[in-house]
Amino acid sequence: MATRELMYREALREAIDEEMAANPTVFIIGEGIAERGGSYKVTEGLLAKYGPKRVRDTPIAEAGMIGVGVGAAIAGARPIVEILYVDFAMLGMDMIVNQAAKFRLMTGGDGRVPFIMRTQGGTGGGVAAQHSQSLEALFYHIPGLRVVMPSTPADAKGLLKYALRQEDPVMFLEHKHLYMTKGPVPDGEHVVPFGVGDIKREGSDVTVIAWSNMIPRTLEAAEALAAEGISVEVIDPRTLVPLDRDMIIKSVLKTRRCVIVQEANRRGGVASDIASIVQEECFYEMDAPVEIVAGMDIPVPFNLTLEKASVPQKEDVVAAVKRVLHVQSLAAAAE
Amino acid sequence: MGAAASLQNAPSREFLEKLFRTAYKIRVFESEGIKLYRQGLIRGYFHPYLGQEGIATGVCAALSEGDFIASTHRGHGHCIAWGADVNKMVAELLQKETGYCRGYGGSMHIADISKGNLGANGIVGAGTPLGVGAALANQVKGSDAVTVTFSTDGASNNGTFLESLNLAAIWNLNFILVIENNQYAVSTRIEESTRDTDLYKRGLAIGVESHQVDGNDPLAVHAVMEQAVATCRAGKGPVLIEAKTYRHMGHHVNDPGKYMPEEELAYYKARDPVDRARNALREMAGVSDEEIAAIEAEIAAEFADAVEFSKNSPEVTPESFREFAVGY
Repeated sequence: MATRELMYREALREAIDEEMAANPTVFIIGEGIAERGGSYKVTEGLLAKYGPKRVRDTPIAEAGMIGVGVGAAIAGARPIVEILYVDFAMLGMDMIVNQAAKFRLMTGGDGRVPFIMRTQGGTGGGVAAQHSQSLEALFYHIPGLRVVMPSTPADAKGLLKYALRQEDPVMFLEHKHLYMTKGPVPDGEHVVPFGVGDIKREGSDVTVIAWSNMIPRTLEAAEALAAEGISVEVIDPRTLVPLDRDMIIKSVLKTRRCVIVQEANRRGGVASDIASIVQEECFYEMDAPVEIVAGMDIPVPFNLTLEKASVPQKEDVVAAVKRVLHVQSLAAAAE
Repeated sequence: MGAAASLQNAPSREFLEKLFRTAYKIRVFESEGIKLYRQGLIRGYFHPYLGQEGIATGVCAALSEGDFIASTHRGHGHCIAWGADVNKMVAELLQKETGYCRGYGGSMHIADISKGNLGANGIVGAGTPLGVGAALANQVKGSDAVTVTFSTDGASNNGTFLESLNLAAIWNLNFILVIENNQYAVSTRIEESTRDTDLYKRGLAIGVESHQVDGNDPLAVHAVMEQAVATCRAGKGPVLIEAKTYRHMGHHVNDPGKYMPEEELAYYKARDPVDRARNALREMAGVSDEEIAAIEAEIAAEFADAVEFSKNSPEVTPESFREFAVGY
């Protein structure tokens, strides 16, 4: 299939643009997203194309804007609410957790909430503790939400298009370090359904599961390990809810070893839950315990050296892969 | 909904009867519902609308098909005034599959999306952003539908009150915020919650047309609502209406409400909204006591039928529930 090189943010914009053109009930609100085109330039040009009714700036009022997004979705529109930082989404948690996530069940299945919150998280160059979090586990924990974390421009586009066509509230979590990354995006209609993972690199010695900005980092680690003769399979679930359990299980049964990499701090994280699934399904076929590489259980510090130390780096992934392969102990035994 | 009469002209019998029927239906639903609760047939929370019937009655009479409402934890009255099916309401309270939410929601979550009822809400203050969102959706779609959020004095001190009303204001949405000021946030008096107890002034402070009305007078509520709806349909919304009222009992069925002063309760009971609706029907439309008694008997029978219907309805089975849960 023919592709074009697009930046992550351009791919997101294409998804919004195409779906706005196709469906007049799709609209987007957020801080500085209209004339200014958004802090990450995702919505640039949309105001000129679709007008002020469908592309609106909001005051700095996250609970209000998330709440009206949820209400608009309940009433039959398809709102996208852009929240500058996932950290700020905490101001709207009642609307996400108690309203959006619960509405379908509370109405016995009649009420649907096709609400999309687009936001971004992760560490990124010294923006400190209130602008650097990876909070997917909070949303992952709440039944009723969909949690999407694209790592490539193609996935960003395809998943956002799918999000705008399904019926449940979506936490669409982008990463601040990915907006300027480039990758091939298929020409024409490109939709990626939820719950279908992607093998970002095939391998045979160990399965590494990662998402969002940990994918490029894990791919770098895999490249370095390949030079040492270690074959890493990199699995990107792309959506944490729903989770492609089958792809994970199949891969681990093949490689018999599993490392899970998350930027979020370890305690109560998604990696721990995936590890529990892996041990439940693959325990007797595995040659090593599951390894988790995660952020430290501490707020992200401002100092760039410390920021880097607080989240997984390429070397951490390399070391974890070697541990599950017993590479160190083999070397020690040879001495 | 339906036939609306302006106070400039004498209200028709049809209109006055509709108001009375609505107010009385709510009164019966709540009084009889409390009995079912005492019998153990209704479980969980039950926040009666007793004493506040005039507001839902007057408000909904000024709305039309295609409009939307969002409600509160004290939402039975709003549903009934909106025209809800009493069978499905009672069945929901009795946890039955034939209820509005198949027994998944209960008293605090009755909704009817297909009819524009966005639902009651267990979180105080949450209905305001949801209602503003519905109004926003309608503006995006190019519809002139009006959305009313019933809110409360308690919710007025919540951050979403300002955040969402302000959004409605900057976007000129067809949104009406009806604050049912019953003067208590659960058990805390309004004087302890805010310095200025005239809540309509908060709308004025952010440039929103705002009114205060006697919430125990269904005709007065209806009159101010008609104006508010006209303002919205002319694209000049939103509007805030503060309707002063008082509960006839505590916060919920298990709250004796001992903190409510007897003389104050007596004052408001002497201004009972259902009595007022009945008196209006009798005095302004010349309807006889016998005719009124017949209407009341009809409504009571309708409720009794709803109880029978609900008692004879099945519950969702755990097997069906597990099917429902797939994909969550």
